[in-house]
Amino acid sequence: MKAAQVIMETGTKAAALAVKSARVDVVPGYPITPQTSIMEAIAAMVENGELNARFIPVEGEHSVLAAAVAASATGARVFTATSANGLLYMHEVLHMASGGRLPVVMCNVNRGIFAPWTLWADHQDSFAQRDTGWIQYHCSSNQEVFNTILQAFRVAEQINIPVMVNFDGFAISHCLMPLTIPPQEDIDRFLPPHEPEWRLDPAHPSSFSNVTMAAEYAPFRQMLSDDIMASIPLVKQAAQEYQDITGMWDGDTIDTYRLEDAEVVAFAVNSMAAELRLSVDILREQGVKAGLLRPRLYLPFPTEDIIDALPQNAQVMVLDRNYNFGHPGGILASELKSVLYGRRNDITVKNRVIGIGGIDLTRRFMADEIRAMMDE
Amino acid sequence: MTTSIKKLPDIELVLSGNGACGGCPATMALRIVGKALGPNAIMLLTPSCSVASMGMTPKLGYNWPCINITFATAGSSSSGITHAVEIMKEKGRLQGELPTVFAWVGDGGTYDIGFQALSAAAERNDNFIFFCYNNEAYSNTGVQRSGATPRGAFTTTTPTGKRQPKKNMAQLMLEHNIPYVATATVAYPGDLYDKVVKAKNTPGMKYIEILAPCYLGWQFDMPDTVQMSRMAVRSGAWLLWEAENGKISFNNPSSLIINGKKGAAPVDEYVMKQGRFNRLLKSPDAASRIAEIQGDINRTIDFMRERAKITI
Ligand SMILES: Cc1ncc(C[n+]2csc(CCOP(=O)(O)OP(=O)(O)O)c2C)c(N)n1
Ligand code: SF4
Ligand SMILES: [Mg+2]
Repeated sequence: MKAAQVIMETGTKAAALAVKSARVDVVPGYPITPQTSIMEAIAAMVENGELNARFIPVEGEHSVLAAAVAASATGARVFTATSANGLLYMHEVLHMASGGRLPVVMCNVNRGIFAPWTLWADHQDSFAQRDTGWIQYHCSSNQEVFNTILQAFRVAEQINIPVMVNFDGFAISHCLMPLTIPPQEDIDRFLPPHEPEWRLDPAHPSSFSNVTMAAEYAPFRQMLSDDIMASIPLVKQAAQEYQDITGMWDGDTIDTYRLEDAEVVAFAVNSMAAELRLSVDILREQGVKAGLLRPRLYLPFPTEDIIDALPQNAQVMVLDRNYNFGHPGGILASELKSVLYGRRNDITVKNRVIGIGGIDLTRRFMADEIRAMMDE
Repeated sequence: MTTSIKKLPDIELVLSGNGACGGCPATMALRIVGKALGPNAIMLLTPSCSVASMGMTPKLGYNWPCINITFATAGSSSSGITHAVEIMKEKGRLQGELPTVFAWVGDGGTYDIGFQALSAAAERNDNFIFFCYNNEAYSNTGVQRSGATPRGAFTTTTPTGKRQPKKNMAQLMLEHNIPYVATATVAYPGDLYDKVVKAKNTPGMKYIEILAPCYLGWQFDMPDTVQMSRMAVRSGAWLLWEAENGKISFNNPSSLIINGKKGAAPVDEYVMKQGRFNRLLKSPDAASRIAEIQGDINRTIDFMRERAKITI
């Protein structure tokens, strides 16, 4: 058996290497900071023959996703990546991908959206796509980005729903971290070739998304809604089998740290959640029984796993890196409150919006923030 | 020589019982295209009359695999399909001959909202045929103006007649340096057929624009579609030409107009036959506005005659 390879790589390179490991067929792309280096790395791998795929340098993100959707409908395994305004520009086609039940996998490297103009991370971009029918992972390390892209392809192709893999600009995308690349035969075992049930095939002429009357349209939409919920066991299974094969584990729908006996629970996604582990340690040293619950899956929202995992009478401190405009606070907090309502009345939810536009989130700052919230 | 209509293959890819209006020029043109392409093709459409009339899920009136995709993206989506079939073939996952990939798009999806994606696909020279069936308006949404609507035409958004001339879209595509550009129209089916066959056998990006006189938008009698198409050509309002690797040649009868062997018919008769223009006659400045229509036609004829001389 070949051994895994350990290298130092950035988050964007980790994503590109996962695309190579997944033996992707088609990658349409367009640059936007901080995602650009994923596309550059893939274009280079295609040029030098490392990746046997087509890179299509289209003229904008709306076209990126349209080319991705069309290639996927043709039966290819398709990947792309974007950030912020690129993701917003895709909005119409995001719906086309999910409604069309096309298993495209896309990285969104989280970045604040303009106006005003910013380059740095927050989570307004991915959360603003909540209702587009995509499964959404949020990752907290370079390794998790790599692992999740492979899991995402598996889940997407099992249930025919596109998957977005989110991670923070700069803190993940541009930072070097150790990265373990499992042997290719292990990955091939985990992720079999894509064999769609249906594709655009002249031997079997059929229509795709022509006019559909309500009697057919409504069941299509219901099926999409049901299947998004039904992806949760597949997400868990993918994480489990990935661990069985590679030995690596990032959590499944959620990831927890020192949670069992926690009285104060930090609740956040992406790189800030990695840093929050250290905040939890600081708080523990200060005598606060702190823990962490990180939803790895934002959509479908892992309701049951969160409800099962939260200790009795915990105070949950939701740290949102986004705004829920028209409501106080952030989006994660409202999602959490809505699933706890009537089921876990013992839980108190508190919320802060922090880290907008890339404001640095250090372990100390967040530990202090949580302490301050305890007194509110 | 142009293939005679009697010699066109019997195969029908447009099935009977679709939802188009009687005398629909788009459907008529698609039928000829089908005869040239045959069944081994993948069709991409954007929201338009041709989608509204292709049949309702799960039925399909065109005998190809068809995808209706976001309005602005015919160019990029077709590239997606083309690259997908090519790489799958290379990897041994597709057997047999590569299918022809073609986009079938209205003038709205070509001149306006889809222009960016089309231009980029042409610049990349991706291997597919982009057909624009040009009925000179957004017909599916009830006849609004597009960049293809000629000056003087009434639409629901040009209630006193359009004030601007149309774009010369086929020429714009020519300036993208793609291997094949052609114009056609339904009154000349053999000419259309030959051009599609040529496009099918040319690698790279091909653009074919088909003038499609639509009785609803142009306001003439439904059975007169073909006659209107012929009048458009005879008046020089539509020029039949093709360009292989940038070299333009004009096709009959437009070639006669271009080389001066036969004058273009005055536009008046063409205008009078169409409600979208003849309403201008009621306006106080009728004469000058019809002169503008004639002026636009003359200018395009003169321009294309000169443009064809550039062969570098
Ligand atoms: C993004 C978007 N904007 C608007 C529409 C509405 N729409 C559907 S068909 C159409 C007109 C199509 O015009 P054209 O491409 O010329 O085709 P035709 O209807 O004339 O056959 C419009 C505006 C749409 N489907 N998508
Ligand atoms: S409105 Fe015109 S283009 Fe549309 S289906 Fe009817 S005849 Fe054809
Ligand atoms: Mg039109």
